[in-house]
Amino acid sequence: MFTWLLRRLFQACFVVLAMTIIVFIGVHAIGNPVDILISPEADQAERARVIADFGLDQPLWKQYGLFLNGALHGNLGRSFVFNEPALRLIGGRMPATLELAVTAVLMSVGFGVPLGLYAGLKPNGFIGRSIMAGSILGFSLPTFWVGLMLIMVFAVTLGWLPSTGRGETGELFGLRWSFLTWDGLRHMAMPALNLSLYNISLVLRLTRAGVRETLLMDYIKFARAKGLSPARVVFVHVLKNIMIPITTVVGLELGSTIAFAVVTESVFAWPGMGKLIIDSINVLDRPVIVAYLMMIVVIFISINLVVDILYTVLDPRVRLETKA
Amino acid sequence: MVLGFRAFAWATAILAASTFAARAQSLTIASAAPVTSMDPHYHTLTPNISAHGHIYEKLIDLDAAGHMIPGLATSWTLRDEKTWEFKLRDAKFHDGTPFTAEDVAYSLSRVPTVKNSPASFQIYTRAIVATEIVDPHTILLKTAGPYPLVPADLIQIYMIPHKLGAEPATEDFNNGKNAIGTGPFRFVSYQPGNRIEMDRNDAYWGPKPHWTHVDYRMISNDAARTASLLAGDVGIVEFVPPADLAKLRGDARVALSEVVSNRSIYLWLDHSHTGTMPEITGPNGEVLEKNPLKDLRVRQALSLAINRAGIVERVMEGAALPTKQYLPPGNSNHVNDLLPDPFEPDRAKALLKDAGYPNGFRIVLHGPNDRYVNDAKIVQAVAQMWQRIGVQTTVDTIPWSSYATRAGKQEFAAFLVGWGVNSGEGTNPLRAQIATWNPERGLGTANRGRYSNPAVDTLLDKAMGTMDLAARDKIVLETMKLAMDDVPVIMLHLQKNIWATRKGLTYAARVDEETRATGVVETGK
Repeated sequence: MFTWLLRRLFQACFVVLAMTIIVFIGVHAIGNPVDILISPEADQAERARVIADFGLDQPLWKQYGLFLNGALHGNLGRSFVFNEPALRLIGGRMPATLELAVTAVLMSVGFGVPLGLYAGLKPNGFIGRSIMAGSILGFSLPTFWVGLMLIMVFAVTLGWLPSTGRGETGELFGLRWSFLTWDGLRHMAMPALNLSLYNISLVLRLTRAGVRETLLMDYIKFARAKGLSPARVVFVHVLKNIMIPITTVVGLELGSTIAFAVVTESVFAWPGMGKLIIDSINVLDRPVIVAYLMMIVVIFISINLVVDILYTVLDPRVRLETKA
Repeated sequence: MVLGFRAFAWATAILAASTFAARAQSLTIASAAPVTSMDPHYHTLTPNISAHGHIYEKLIDLDAAGHMIPGLATSWTLRDEKTWEFKLRDAKFHDGTPFTAEDVAYSLSRVPTVKNSPASFQIYTRAIVATEIVDPHTILLKTAGPYPLVPADLIQIYMIPHKLGAEPATEDFNNGKNAIGTGPFRFVSYQPGNRIEMDRNDAYWGPKPHWTHVDYRMISNDAARTASLLAGDVGIVEFVPPADLAKLRGDARVALSEVVSNRSIYLWLDHSHTGTMPEITGPNGEVLEKNPLKDLRVRQALSLAINRAGIVERVMEGAALPTKQYLPPGNSNHVNDLLPDPFEPDRAKALLKDAGYPNGFRIVLHGPNDRYVNDAKIVQAVAQMWQRIGVQTTVDTIPWSSYATRAGKQEFAAFLVGWGVNSGEGTNPLRAQIATWNPERGLGTANRGRYSNPAVDTLLDKAMGTMDLAARDKIVLETMKLAMDDVPVIMLHLQKNIWATRKGLTYAARVDEETRATGVVETGK
């Protein structure tokens, strides 16, 4: 277990390092942030001053060296745009994205598993078929369009929910959270649903496929023959056995939901990290781009780690030591 | 116990009623771009300047039409060629300290010391080499030589109290500690990328603002901004996208306010290559010895080929005005007899033939696709119009983050950009765009096509040395006419600034793109 963890940690460091190099070269190739940020009225001397201030007059390898040196001291640089430490900037936006992503993933399990279970148990019924047809829509409709439709129906036409923004927030651990206030929850309902639609469909289809497959297994037949109640067969024997693929997918989807909530965030003007990263890419705010991607890599690696550990809990046959 | 509960219920009811009354005068603004800082001297960015105008004030302000009006200064006069005298009004900062000449000197000296500014306000304070406080309400600003633009530059500089001390940190403006101005609203909170909340400044020197509370929200997605207005979540939205105009015009829940802006959209042409320009080839792809764009007739032909009225009507949905100059009609530096080029493709073909290109040539036309209103569509429309006079045009549109750098390197033969004249003053585009590129003198800084015309340069120098306003305006008009008739750039249109308000509200549409709560008026239900 220990060697396995150590090896994972080493791999993670390597991935982060490789990613920073790619970002440095990539941003450098796209263009010069100063050309975008500077006032169009600024003269050549002012332009030279900003370039020097940002350290962009240095050769790229030297800029990278300076960044690495700072990173080793826990300093990922200051945003070109906001003049605040990149990490603090991202940290300030993180609660908004985290609560949205977690709510969306919880919704995907809460809706996806029961619906999938039903569709798997009654595959030929009208409801079962409708659920499957609906899941195709959930897969294929573009998020931004669904988001706008939700706004048009629930905010503009019916007026039940606020159209955009984050609403009131409550404070917990010194951070602002929407789920602590009623107004915040009302603001969160539509973006969370919008973000979870794809995941609901995904979880639903996985569950259905798992159920269909498991129902044919000998141990299910045996359980039935033994005279166990249908409820026990479904909720213990079937459900437990299909949990492994679902856990993997939900875990990975949590990562990508956090990292790429950007479409939903911009449609609903949700002030999360996704909007920050897109704005930063548009103005080539390199410190923020690098810090953000480093954090996302770390999140993905941690989630994978948790998923691997969860496997051992769910399936006693899996042992981490053997992998190492 | 019963009594206690009743008292509590009454108290709640009264409290609820009073919050309702307060809410009734609260305004929510939806702005189109994020405000990156609350430090008024940090970044010369229009969204920042627009938001800061609620909290801080400048010595000289602009009215909705773009004319200078007194701000914190009641008057400004020229003492001698190098000295300006500013008289200051009685005003108080939000913390109660009176505004004096010392604060002016402090604010001007603080501007160049702001750390890590990506676009410093120094360019507006650099001409002032010394300040002299005569009395608390009089200050002298001195320049090294005759410099007529001191008032125009000071339109950009917000005043902050001198008691903030040496080098106040930008962060402390963002958290509100230093966000102290004299403006009609006081800072309550700032959440980057989300919202700014402000309360009315009851001690304001000017007319008392109608709104007791302003919620300044940042909604950069066009569709979401329109939806939030239709849903009634916000009172006013700025930068209404042209695609929504037709729908909003017919919607009884919404009122529109619009004005022709100081932002022009035009095509830069390459003047830097005298010989072969890599992006321009002959009609069959052969290398051309000369850059055709150096010939005035070719530039005129390309301009005459464009149906500006068509672009304005179809691509811009009416949200623009065809132009041949940088400033809109009504501005004192607008040349009245400089009319937009007509749409005359036959004359354009004849001019091309005269210039020695009877079969046209091939050219690449570049445009950004995420910067100006409908930028990529405009470029496509122009390309088709050029095609019709025999100029085979290839369109290339890319995101601004990559475009901005490449456009400044003289790689492009023809490319679309825009220019907003914040000060509303005519030498600004002439100095930045039309003047010969000259790093030593800070001229031609945005002259991306490297146009150079000695006659224009001489006239512009003359304008910059003329301190008398009327005399200078006359020279500026002459310079503008001379320059634009030479077609250094192909002017297309001036954008319209459009705001949409909920029914019962109107906005005094501003030429400078700023959205100010004080301009939003209730017209009755």
